[in-house]
Amino acid sequence: MLNDTKPTAAVLERGRHVTDAELARKADWIRLKTIELVAQAGLGHYSSTFSCAEIVATLYYHVLRLDPGAPAWADRDRFLLGKGHVATGLWPVLADLGYYPQDWLGQFGQVGSPLNDHPNMKLAPGVDFSSGSLGHNLSVGAGMAMAGRIARRDYRAFVLTGDGELQEGQVWEAAMAASHYKLGNLVAIIDANGFSGSGPTSEAMNIEPLGARFAAFGWLVKEINGHDIPTLRATFASLPDPVTGKQPVAIIARTHKGHGLEMFEKQPQAWHLGLLTDEQRTDAVAEITARMELAE
Amino acid sequence: MTETHVPTPTPKMVDVFSDIERETAFKVNPAGFAVTELAAADDRILTLTADLSNTLAEFREKFPERYIELGIAETNSVSFAAGLAACGYVPYIYSMAPFGVLKTAEQLRTDVDYNHLPVRLVGRLSGLAMGYFGTSHYAVEDIAIARTLNNTLVIAPADAASTVALMKLVATTDAPAYIRIAEAPEQVYGAPPSDMEPRYEIGKWPRLATGGHLTIAAHGMGVGLAVQAARLLAQRDGIEADVFDAAFLRPFDEAALAESAAKTGKVLTVEDHSVVGGLGSIVAETVARHRLRADLDQVALPAVDLEVGVPAELYEHYGLTVAGVAAKARDLVRGGSTS
Repeated sequence: MLNDTKPTAAVLERGRHVTDAELARKADWIRLKTIELVAQAGLGHYSSTFSCAEIVATLYYHVLRLDPGAPAWADRDRFLLGKGHVATGLWPVLADLGYYPQDWLGQFGQVGSPLNDHPNMKLAPGVDFSSGSLGHNLSVGAGMAMAGRIARRDYRAFVLTGDGELQEGQVWEAAMAASHYKLGNLVAIIDANGFSGSGPTSEAMNIEPLGARFAAFGWLVKEINGHDIPTLRATFASLPDPVTGKQPVAIIARTHKGHGLEMFEKQPQAWHLGLLTDEQRTDAVAEITARMELAE
Repeated sequence: MTETHVPTPTPKMVDVFSDIERETAFKVNPAGFAVTELAAADDRILTLTADLSNTLAEFREKFPERYIELGIAETNSVSFAAGLAACGYVPYIYSMAPFGVLKTAEQLRTDVDYNHLPVRLVGRLSGLAMGYFGTSHYAVEDIAIARTLNNTLVIAPADAASTVALMKLVATTDAPAYIRIAEAPEQVYGAPPSDMEPRYEIGKWPRLATGGHLTIAAHGMGVGLAVQAARLLAQRDGIEADVFDAAFLRPFDEAALAESAAKTGKVLTVEDHSVVGGLGSIVAETVARHRLRADLDQVALPAVDLEVGVPAELYEHYGLTVAGVAAKARDLVRGGSTS
């Protein structure tokens, strides 16, 4: 029988209880762990991981229906990291939820490690699809959403994309197919931090107006502040029913590249890919830790 | 000496798209016929096309809810299929060969092959089958690209019966696959001279004739040419050839090839593919890897701008004919020049 993997008794249900403050702390914890893992590997994507920390925290600790004990459970919600270069921020979350032992993080970036700069579904439990080549995962997510419709399952497929990624033509092929097939169980979250690898996104190639573009492709568009946790929660809570919904949803999350660390916010481009010095790292950890303590 | 060959007086393009007539489906569109048969027994099987729905008329009629049209968007089709496969389905994408592997190589590699997902790309209209539509519609580099995909079966059936047999075999695996369909090739299986039924194992090449003077390996439409040329060579020239149906380009039958090449010391390949990267290259690499002493030649398409025309005339032009294969075989055995 197709997809008969059973869940364990420890399913994490959708909308599980967590406070806004706890989610904010999780987002900062993702930032701290990112700094730690990048130091270990010697190079990494800081500022684009920081821009989506609230989104990832809200999804994994509140929104997604998951079963870390049965990563292949057929009815789980899917999460695809279209912007695969921010996997560094995902690894501590998946370990925290119990997909794999914490000590896997200690091998991050080493030869033979299941955890690398980009996620590999064949190596890391909890990764629903591999990514790295920008522009693919909205198509993959649409395929997964379609599979859910054919199999009459009620899961959702979430795809987190960058805004620069939307310059890839394949994204719009997928956008067309998703609305054509009325995939109301597909949710694209655009981490619209305004930058791609070499500069401001729309200086390289204009992608705005994003909301109007997705709307023109037949999507239900929600344009929000991607760092505001109550707004993120409310947006996810208002998604169409995954079984009866007829429109895919584009959440245009306006974010700041490097959000959560002053140095990155001032120079988001410089910290797209890099390595903090020991002194910078100490200061960065102190800044984020102080905020987390203040919020307690 | 060259064979005399009388071409068809006025070659025309043949409509190889439609399988609407059930009686002719097997012959004209075995790939559409086969997937319909397979789907009846396996509810994981879905079909997708990028605007090639007419190759799946019967499937759509029988399983409308399992057919997904994705429009003229091949790259999306491949990644979309990977998403379906990651959820337990077995998608078959029917694509025009020129816009299949060539256009979606990266999606096939990154989303399908690296993730070991059972997505099957069925390339209709391979080689020069699109004829006078122009070189944009040729697929003569596809095997060169596809066979670098580590986990993907690369398969080129010889005729209708072998297409069905190979598709049934692929359906027993969980592997990604590229199946390159030859359009209206000569019947090889169940026909003289061998009257063999197609029997395949993954990575093995059926031996269609046995001889010690020469090895001929062919795939797709080349197999029929090779079989007939071998018969001609035996009858007229006393040249006996090992003839292989090299339906598997990856994995290929390295053992059979190396053994035969060591025995004959002369290997001719026949394919409607570029001389670069296809079966000819597979043979050269194998001969080198096994440190064999063997003379090689290819009946294949030159690595230059190709002519445009009706397929029958193009095959004639490039020597992809029984006479063309026989002539190169003769020269190879006699040690002469083929020019």
